[in-house]
Amino acid sequence: MFEPVIGIEVHAQLKTESKLFCPCSTRFDASPNSNTCPICLGLPGALPVLNKKALEYGIKTGLAFNCQIAESSGFDRKNYFYPDLSKNYQITQDAFPIGTNGHIDVMSDGTMRRVRIKRVHLEEDAGKSVHEGGAITGAAFSLEDYNRAGVPLLEIVSEPDIRSPKEAYEYLLMLRRTLLYLGVSDCKMEEGSLRCDVNISIRPKGSDKFGTQVELKNLNSFRAVERSLEYEVQRQSQVVADGGEVVRETRHWDETSQVTVSMRRKERAEDYRYFPEPDLPRLSIKRAWVDEIEATLPELPWARRMRFIRDYELPEYDASLLTDTQELADYFEAAVREYGQAKTVSNWVMGELSRLMNATGIGIERVKVSPGDLAAMLTMIDKGTISGKIAKTVFEEMFAEGKSPETIVKEKGLVQIADEDELRRIVDRVIEENQEVADQVRAGKDRAVGFLVGQVMKLTKGRANPTMVNELLRQRLSD
Amino acid sequence: MRPNELKAHELLPMIRRKEVTVEEAVTETLHRIAAIDGTIQAYITVAGEQALGKAKEADARLAKGEPARPLEGLPVAIKDNICTKGLRTTSASRYLEDFIPPYDATVVRRLEDAGAIIVGKTNLDEFAMGSSTENSAMFPTRNPWNLKRVPGGSSGGSAAAVIADEAVFALGSDTGGSIRQPASFCGIVGLKPSYGLVSRYGLIGYASSMDQIGPMTRDVKDCALVLRAIAGYDPSDSQSYPKELPDYTGCLVSDISGITVGVPKEFLEEGLSDTVKDAFMKALDKLEELGARIMEVSLPHSRHALAAYYVISSAEASSNLARLDGVRYGYRASGCEDSASMMAMSRGEGLGPEVKRRIVLGTYVLSAENHETYFNEALRVRSLIARDFREVFEACDCLVGPTSPTVAFEAGEKTRDPLEMYLSDVYTVPPNLAGIPGISVPCGFDEEGMPVGLQIMAKQYDEETLLRVAYTFEEATEFHKRRPEIQKGAHESAGGERSV
Repeated sequence: MFEPVIGIEVHAQLKTESKLFCPCSTRFDASPNSNTCPICLGLPGALPVLNKKALEYGIKTGLAFNCQIAESSGFDRKNYFYPDLSKNYQITQDAFPIGTNGHIDVMSDGTMRRVRIKRVHLEEDAGKSVHEGGAITGAAFSLEDYNRAGVPLLEIVSEPDIRSPKEAYEYLLMLRRTLLYLGVSDCKMEEGSLRCDVNISIRPKGSDKFGTQVELKNLNSFRAVERSLEYEVQRQSQVVADGGEVVRETRHWDETSQVTVSMRRKERAEDYRYFPEPDLPRLSIKRAWVDEIEATLPELPWARRMRFIRDYELPEYDASLLTDTQELADYFEAAVREYGQAKTVSNWVMGELSRLMNATGIGIERVKVSPGDLAAMLTMIDKGTISGKIAKTVFEEMFAEGKSPETIVKEKGLVQIADEDELRRIVDRVIEENQEVADQVRAGKDRAVGFLVGQVMKLTKGRANPTMVNELLRQRLSD
Repeated sequence: MRPNELKAHELLPMIRRKEVTVEEAVTETLHRIAAIDGTIQAYITVAGEQALGKAKEADARLAKGEPARPLEGLPVAIKDNICTKGLRTTSASRYLEDFIPPYDATVVRRLEDAGAIIVGKTNLDEFAMGSSTENSAMFPTRNPWNLKRVPGGSSGGSAAAVIADEAVFALGSDTGGSIRQPASFCGIVGLKPSYGLVSRYGLIGYASSMDQIGPMTRDVKDCALVLRAIAGYDPSDSQSYPKELPDYTGCLVSDISGITVGVPKEFLEEGLSDTVKDAFMKALDKLEELGARIMEVSLPHSRHALAAYYVISSAEASSNLARLDGVRYGYRASGCEDSASMMAMSRGEGLGPEVKRRIVLGTYVLSAENHETYFNEALRVRSLIARDFREVFEACDCLVGPTSPTVAFEAGEKTRDPLEMYLSDVYTVPPNLAGIPGISVPCGFDEEGMPVGLQIMAKQYDEETLLRVAYTFEEATEFHKRRPEIQKGAHESAGGERSV
């Protein structure tokens, strides 16, 4: 039996206004090369100046991942030639990263697992090559857009502590959730503001040795990470079972055929000739500043999830979904403050609200129903003003129009009919019109009552108080 | 005397008093360039029209009664590895032959804000790599004292322009001696400031941890005047010194009584020519006569300085020059298969042999298998050298020694043996490794009339002591007053005619 050993490197673009080493805007959807200057274009004589906000974000993230923040940090040059790398070296952190020795806790199959974070460091992004015809092979020319060159990236490197594809998925979810809570990155994989490289090897279960590593590329979603890992575990296990050896290489995830394909062998590690960046001084990070940043950390997803379980007595599943984003968790908590019963709010947020959000593609931050209105609607159900069934209609209206539940109920005449005289008249009419069914009930066929209740609801457009209708029907038919 | 022959501090009051217009000063300088630069070959680019335009603007401002700025109307030559907006900046490389920077170096902006007028861009060893200006991809510059000899390097064009009256002063850059050695070879004053004192923004980087821009002038007073204008914190250079600086013209006090002057014994050992040693010993006597206390000191690790310097500077250069790849600007080779071959061929064709030698060396010492043996070892030597200086400065206010082991050598004499050429910087390299300032001032002439330079070194950011000692020495000597008689045509056997 084999177990996978997985390590993940994530590159997250930081949401700063300007680039890591120059004042250019980080918006790279602008027309090609419009957000560039001598510094990010690597013109001769231009020098980098560190963006303090990016450093702050780096420290903030390091703290959130429980890292030790370096008192003395610094930048290095990573040297390699590529047309989209304007200086043909990348300014990164090799010897002295901002953060080391952290961890992220994840829930995997009902148990908590701790994935250690090896390092968190800052570096600059490269530009983008656009090849004529779309592919590099056979292209007559390539164009370079340096709008992205110099955009700050945070690299977050895990130790090889991940033991299943599902765990890798959960790790990435928790990592992204945390970055979003911190507000340091947009984390949009489809736009490239979050990228991940995965290393995987397998070994006999129980062994403490590491097998030969394979690097996976072209992972454009967390699902792709999970599926490619599942595929790789199976492939590598098969290779070994067949008496073969896993080769050290980089493999490309083919999304269409759902397989990994060999890209290139790694005969030896590439030599990037790192050395200290002489254009930047060593960074001394003052403890007081780190403390100041630490004080601004929001409650993080893991802590919030645990608090939801503890304080609101929610199941793990609810707590996990509700804390997926800060906005959703805030919404939930605001509604609970107004209404009181957490599980009921949770059911509505995870049920009707999520269903409508998914159906319309509207995110929580743009939802028109205020937490107060949701609470008010729940109170109307409790008071019997509307039935639970009608409430769904009311809620849909609230979601679509943004009106208060009171207004909708009034405008549409949706107030529950709980007047016994009125209900009795309707019940009598239904019995009269459905003598045959009524007789069956009288004869003891209890299940037929349901049909008659349905008829009452039909006549009242669902507004009849169902408990009262049931009671009245039984009364009438047992007389 | 014509305005272009005057010292900056002599010309300034004349412009201020409107005895000379800025236009006259610039016109005379341009005339001199036109007359003599075919022989000297100090300039790669002469910015005549631009300079005249600015001169007229300056005169108009002065005519309106606006006060004269600190360097008002002074014609200045800029080493061609310092970026000038809209004015071709080649670094004496084929690769950048047509490069017009879209921005000014901070020093250029500061000089122009102070009223100086750029008359042109001067020759250098390609990317400042060399000690004779013979590594220029354009043409060699000739030493105005003897046209068969080199002006030193890499700021040879700037040094020659100043002594040949083709500019009132100049800027050079110094990574291992590139200001001081040519200043010494051409008989002028050249200052390499403390690392971080003058902004490097816009200086085409050679070895970023050592590069400094500095003044090249006709005397120490001019040096202080120019330093005052260009030094000081610049947020665009993260390595720039953030503290308030003194007014350097205020330290021009002709008095060194009680000052302790150290003489590193390692600077007087083998390799030093007799004529230079003679001139230096006389200078030492003069300093003692002026009241300085002379003591012998030792910088034990300085014998490894040259090796450490070539490892570190080449390593940084290999990375700094990687951006010259034919993709965004500069020379692009034609007929390439793909982007990788385009980058390789553009570099192969666009860069000269010495530059390539250092890129290869730098790549070698940074590679994984050599990193520890060479690069890290050189960094350790560097910190030991810095420590040597710190210890010595506990006992001395400044250090003195010869600037270069020889006077200017003949063109072609050392081009075949790079190691021989590197030895020319043996005394100037240690201050760059340690980040301390060094100045070269004229201290004599050999029997053939070639100037000798005295190097004075001080603690980091103690340019005041440096200038004070240099000024006192200069006031007591006449060497800085001697001017060359340029023998037009005497160079013809030397070859190396300008072709661009």
